[in-house]
Amino acid sequence: MDQPDTAKVATEMVQVTIDGASVAVQKGATLLEACQQMGTEIPTLCYLETLTPVNVCRVCVVEVERNRTLVPACSRMAEDGMVVSTDSERVRHSRKMVLEFLGSSVDLSLAEDEVGDWMERYGADPARYGPVSAPAAAGERDARKPGHHHHVNGETAEGVHQPTKVDNTLYIRDYSRCILCYKCVEACGIDAQGTYAIAVAGRGFDARISTEMDLPLGDGACVFCGNCIGVCPTGALMFRSEWELRRADLWDPQAQSVTRTVCSYCGVGCNLELHTQDNRIVKVTSPQDHEVTSGHLCIKGRFGYDYVQNLGDVEQNSIDEVLQAARRRSPK
Amino acid sequence: MDLRFTDAQPTAEERRVVERATGIPDSESHDRVRTDSNLRIFRTGRRSVVNRRHLLLPALETVQSEIGWVSEGALMHICRVLSVPPAEAWGVATFYSLISVDPSPPQVWHICDDIVCRRQGALDLIDRFESGELQPPDSRWAPSPCLGQCDRTPAAYIQRAGKDDMVVVGPDTARLNGLSPDRHSPNGRPQPPPIPQFGQPHLRLLRRVGAVDPGSIDSYLAAGGYQALEAAVRMGRARVVAEVKASGLRGRGGAAFPAWIKWETVANSPEPVRYLICNADESEPGTFKDRVLMEDDPFSVVEAMTITGFAIGARRGYLYIRGEYPLATKRLSRALQEARRQGLLGEDADTGVDFDIEIRRGQGAYICGEETALMNSIEGLRGEPRNKPPFPTVSGLFGKPTVINNVETLCNVLDIVTEGGDAFAQLGTAQSTGPKLFCLSGAVKRPGVYEVEFGATLGELIDLAGGLPDGLHLRAVLLGGAAGSFVLPDLLSMPLTFEAASEAGVSLGSGVIMPFDQHTDFGDILTRIAEFFRDETCGQCVPCRVGTVRLEEALARLRRQPRPGDKDLIAEIDLAMRDASICGLGHTAAIALRSALDLGLL
Amino acid sequence: MDDAEVVILWGSNARAAHPIFFHRVIRAVRRGAQLFCVDPRRSESAEWADLWLGIDVGSDIALSNAMAREILSEGLENRRFIERSTLNFDEYARSVEKWTLERGERVTGVPAHAIRTLAHTYARADRAQLCWTLGITEHHNATDNVLALINLALLCGHVGRYGSGLVPLRGQNNVQGGGDMGAIPNKLPGFQDVENDELRAKFEKVWGASIPPRKGRHLTLMFEAMEEGHLRGLYVIGENPADSEADVQRARHLMEGLDFMVVQDIFLTRTAQMADVVLPAAADWCEAEGTVTSSERRVQRVRPALRPPGEARTDSSIISHLAAALGHGWGQPTAEEVWNELRSLSPMHGGMSYRRLEENGGLQWPCLDEDDPGELFLHSRLWANPPVGPLAPFHVVEWAPPVDSLTADYPIRLTTGRHLDSYNTGVQSGSTASPLRFGGTLDISPEDSAEWEIAEGEEVRVTSRRGSITVPARVDHSLRPGLVFMSVHFPEQADINKLTIEAWDPKSGTAEFKATAVRVEKAPALVG
Ligand SMILES: Cc1cc2nc3c(=O)[nH]c(=O)nc-3n(C[C@H](O)[C@H](O)[C@H](O)COP(=O)(O)O)c2cc1C
Ligand code: SF4
Ligand code: SF4
Ligand code: SF4
Ligand code: FES
Ligand code: FES
Repeated sequence: MDQPDTAKVATEMVQVTIDGASVAVQKGATLLEACQQMGTEIPTLCYLETLTPVNVCRVCVVEVERNRTLVPACSRMAEDGMVVSTDSERVRHSRKMVLEFLGSSVDLSLAEDEVGDWMERYGADPARYGPVSAPAAAGERDARKPGHHHHVNGETAEGVHQPTKVDNTLYIRDYSRCILCYKCVEACGIDAQGTYAIAVAGRGFDARISTEMDLPLGDGACVFCGNCIGVCPTGALMFRSEWELRRADLWDPQAQSVTRTVCSYCGVGCNLELHTQDNRIVKVTSPQDHEVTSGHLCIKGRFGYDYVQNLGDVEQNSIDEVLQAARRRSPK
Repeated sequence: MDLRFTDAQPTAEERRVVERATGIPDSESHDRVRTDSNLRIFRTGRRSVVNRRHLLLPALETVQSEIGWVSEGALMHICRVLSVPPAEAWGVATFYSLISVDPSPPQVWHICDDIVCRRQGALDLIDRFESGELQPPDSRWAPSPCLGQCDRTPAAYIQRAGKDDMVVVGPDTARLNGLSPDRHSPNGRPQPPPIPQFGQPHLRLLRRVGAVDPGSIDSYLAAGGYQALEAAVRMGRARVVAEVKASGLRGRGGAAFPAWIKWETVANSPEPVRYLICNADESEPGTFKDRVLMEDDPFSVVEAMTITGFAIGARRGYLYIRGEYPLATKRLSRALQEARRQGLLGEDADTGVDFDIEIRRGQGAYICGEETALMNSIEGLRGEPRNKPPFPTVSGLFGKPTVINNVETLCNVLDIVTEGGDAFAQLGTAQSTGPKLFCLSGAVKRPGVYEVEFGATLGELIDLAGGLPDGLHLRAVLLGGAAGSFVLPDLLSMPLTFEAASEAGVSLGSGVIMPFDQHTDFGDILTRIAEFFRDETCGQCVPCRVGTVRLEEALARLRRQPRPGDKDLIAEIDLAMRDASICGLGHTAAIALRSALDLGLL
Repeated sequence: MDDAEVVILWGSNARAAHPIFFHRVIRAVRRGAQLFCVDPRRSESAEWADLWLGIDVGSDIALSNAMAREILSEGLENRRFIERSTLNFDEYARSVEKWTLERGERVTGVPAHAIRTLAHTYARADRAQLCWTLGITEHHNATDNVLALINLALLCGHVGRYGSGLVPLRGQNNVQGGGDMGAIPNKLPGFQDVENDELRAKFEKVWGASIPPRKGRHLTLMFEAMEEGHLRGLYVIGENPADSEADVQRARHLMEGLDFMVVQDIFLTRTAQMADVVLPAAADWCEAEGTVTSSERRVQRVRPALRPPGEARTDSSIISHLAAALGHGWGQPTAEEVWNELRSLSPMHGGMSYRRLEENGGLQWPCLDEDDPGELFLHSRLWANPPVGPLAPFHVVEWAPPVDSLTADYPIRLTTGRHLDSYNTGVQSGSTASPLRFGGTLDISPEDSAEWEIAEGEEVRVTSRRGSITVPARVDHSLRPGLVFMSVHFPEQADINKLTIEAWDPKSGTAEFKATAVRVEKAPALVG
């Protein structure tokens, strides 16, 4: 071992047919990657390049010949000779239903823009299940017991709506918007942060993202890296600043700009995207494709910017008051 | 991983229980005991975490059964001992319906209100509990899905903190008010003979049931026990696999998959560490055949597992049994001890077969009968099924090649080894070989487990069970359990084989035959089935998590005031669940409802 | 990093100090790497390690030498690499001869078998990374500590290869960049020697000014010069020595005695409050254009997202105006123009145009021209056959105990560090309302808490040979008896630098923050 290793990657290829066209992909590639290589768009919700596929949302399903059921493109490996349809009747039907199921039970109003496009494309009509059920009382869903539920009458469509959890100064958890994609759990645990402050608790329709004993975030293991916020596709996890500004009707994406820069704290060189509105930082993200961070940050990079905006010190700003209040109010 | 615990501390009792359950002394827990040496060096990290995580369920289960509930202090203690992040442990604890994370009285009555029991006294029983008329001291009660006692309804399973859990069945259940449950200890067997066919000469799987003392290995040996293992060792591994292949044995757990394919794949795997799992979770409503085998012939399960472990080259097997089977669990543990004592099991068994078995108790989750969910459950994760491929034979328990078979499937191996695969294949039909157990319950005179050769018709089985009680006639039969489908009397002449069932578009599932009479309120039955799936879905995938709820809602409307298109909606939901769900639960959840609608039962 | 087989974090609590770097460590661990942690405290990082070695504060060189001896006596060194690419091996080998495992155990406090395990695992690995931070460099013998680690890497050939290397983790976002730009006493930008006439001439020609041909003073020497009265005026840019120096009382006293002090900072720091003139600066990372260099030598662009508040201006604008006032008409060059001038003078930055930095999301130096992809592994040249450039020398380093020795009067070892959500002296992070922060405390082991009858939250008085402060105590399981810990973030509440010692490393000028001898007593009850 005295020469530098050269990383050798086996480049065995497999041939698959996607919607009639043949494509060669590297062995080990997923059907999703094969589709991307062909420029075929596949909707995904629980998939992210930087996370281990959990294949739970099932919006990415495709039809593979000689398979009894549809298969999730995001995690199914391409095999030589596979014949895949990405837009068959069955595929369109399952995608429509998945989108309807989510749309009828979860508040998707702040979900990534594509979701609305897909709804349209597949003709999803969440309203046909009836009006969504009344929101649960605070903590009620967290206390539900596996294997038991109340009888339903079918007049409303049961939903996951509940009050927002506001238990710290940095970010909020609005689980009415949660589609249970597991991304936050993976970002917090196995795939990036390694903190394991949150996990899925409960079972079935009552499954939910939870800290141990449903403790407020600050009382558990959370280190406030905000990496869960960074991956959440639906706005269920949100900067406290964004949430407060939205409530005050001051949040204005049109008036915002995003500047890419480098974190001022340690020497690792994390890239930050500063979202500013009215000369104020209103949230911080990190580019997912950046080699150093893969989109992840720590509490300092994510939230440690208040020192450059001693709010209201110099020129009072319409959003200062809201931001200040958010920081001050240590909620109970 | 980061490990941050709350300050909650366990009681001395909880501490003792955890130590007993895990076998890990306090001093090796994450940060409790500080010794001179661990103040200077400490080994932690990934490896030890992986090594201990699989003890999470046994630890939770033992605390639950000894203390009656899992307090924050106990949970934190378990996390410290096993190096598990508390949020994850919480996620696991709240997955199982038999684990309580709230203070709980020492007795919890789980009263079955599932399909059979609800028509045979359970609803009345529940009313009497609800009104306070029946009120065992220091207890609370909750309705339960099928307890696998459908041949002796109504049934209740009682968790008793610090004492053996027990099951009470039949008229006893209602008589229990105010009595000490100890009088009905799990050893006091219910009186009627365990199987209606007792003593009949054609019995193979059931031949020892009721004939041997399930607590005595001598009794088992005297009845021909362990001759199969001896024969297997003489034949060698490869021959055993070959005989199983020749036998045509297919799985009895529901999917009817040829056993030899799994065995051969694992036996030929380059990976040296392999596992065997015996699936004894038996939670499909209406199913109780495995219970009868385990309760009354536990040694044959142990022997069959040993042969299988030997054949596939596994050194360790797990038997995963549902928590609601305390008697079977007790008898199997005894059987394991006895077998070890006799040099028939364990690392240095006299047989030369290096194989041992560990029992894992489920804690109230139907989904954990699904093979990959079961593996996750053993590993200390939530019982969520995995996406396949990879299949368990390639990457199963702890990521290693694994054979998983149902109890009944494995028990067939004894005869296959002693008589040869060809002889076994002579029984039944070409594609459905061997004997088969069917669970008859509901509207029949003599409910129970019946053994027939594959090929008997549906009508013959119902006749075996004495036909319907007087004055009732057959309206429909639920075949295969909640995950199966309804059929009408016109199929009574259908032979119960895999091929005939598949041709008729139905499935034998786990062998459930549940006749219903002309007075049946199918709306009520279907609602219970819909509730069952909604309660038991793990909830990870969207089609099943939400689909089961939408089915329940649509059904509720159908029973009261349908919206136009509700039937089509059910069909649409069904299609998406079959196509896009991860596992068999989602695939089958709407089948019974669809079939009932198609047959005009509602 | 991702593919390393062995990762050693030496004196580095990266979990808290460099969380995103630590994500990479986690990834390596998930792929099967073994993680070792060498740290007096069983820190958050140590909780991830396969093996944590809790050495005595200041015994790093002893550990390294004992490992080296074990590697040599077992024949685990990489002979081919040593012979072909290094210098001075024989002398080094002789120097570690006396460091038996037993002696190692005596000095470090870590059992011999653990030292042996670490030595063997590191030496036998195909790919091993050795990472360190301030735990190594904030000692009076900081340079020697680093050299000791480099020796180990050379011994096993764990440098400049895929998956193998030495990873110094910088404490601040642009420490590396400051060095790159010549903000070290003996170098011009691009690490070009100030005493080299030819190099100096190159700069003088472009800059149109003459450069003193002598190396300057580093911070500790500056304070000595103040003490001796040679240094009478100070221009401080973005530093807060009045809080951050070891022995702050002396530092404050000396700065008060200056004739004239200018402080340019984004905060009104304690140092700024003492200044004659304060120049309010913009925050470089979000109010100005420029570049910074990370620990892994990656140069990246920073960009303004906010308008600076009030009269604050960017550092470059202040400096240009100052130059104009001093009679040099530089105009107001853009950041890119300044950068391009640097590229023309510093060969290792030559290929890093703004356009390329943008496209590549940063580049790692050396990057000589526009076709150069940048260097992923700094010392790969050593592996060429024959090696390119100067060979890598072993350095004989001798262990010396911490200067502030433990005695009956001062029997307790105080060490310092940082918490995850705070940063250095806390002026930046302090204004964010972190749910995690528990303020300035003296952390003590559960055993000492029991022995001294000091409960969590109780006020204690900590006294060193230089001073005494009062802080609340906090019980911390990561500590062992006789070892106490304070974080450096809260000068207002716990002015730790009143306690620390002024001893400093003559080679690098870093002060001894990590090893102070103290005694701890219950604070006298407040009267009234
Ligand atoms: C929701 C669900 C529950 C299941 N429960 C059981 C069970 O309780 N017992 C069982 O043997 N198989 C059960 N299975 C089938 C197993 O996944 C698996 O097919 C079986 O254990 C394989 O053994 P066999 O081939 O011997 O039948 C279940 C499957 C599903 C989808
Ligand atoms: S902020 Fe970080 S530590 Fe906290 S829950 Fe989110 S990912 Fe986990
Ligand atoms: S909170 Fe967001 S990221 Fe987490 S599971 Fe819900 S939708 Fe996904
Ligand atoms: S189909 Fe249902 S039970 Fe199976 S994985 Fe999906 S949610 Fe879980
Ligand atoms: S994206 Fe494939 S299942 Fe969610
Ligand atoms: S035990 Fe009650 S239905 Fe099976």
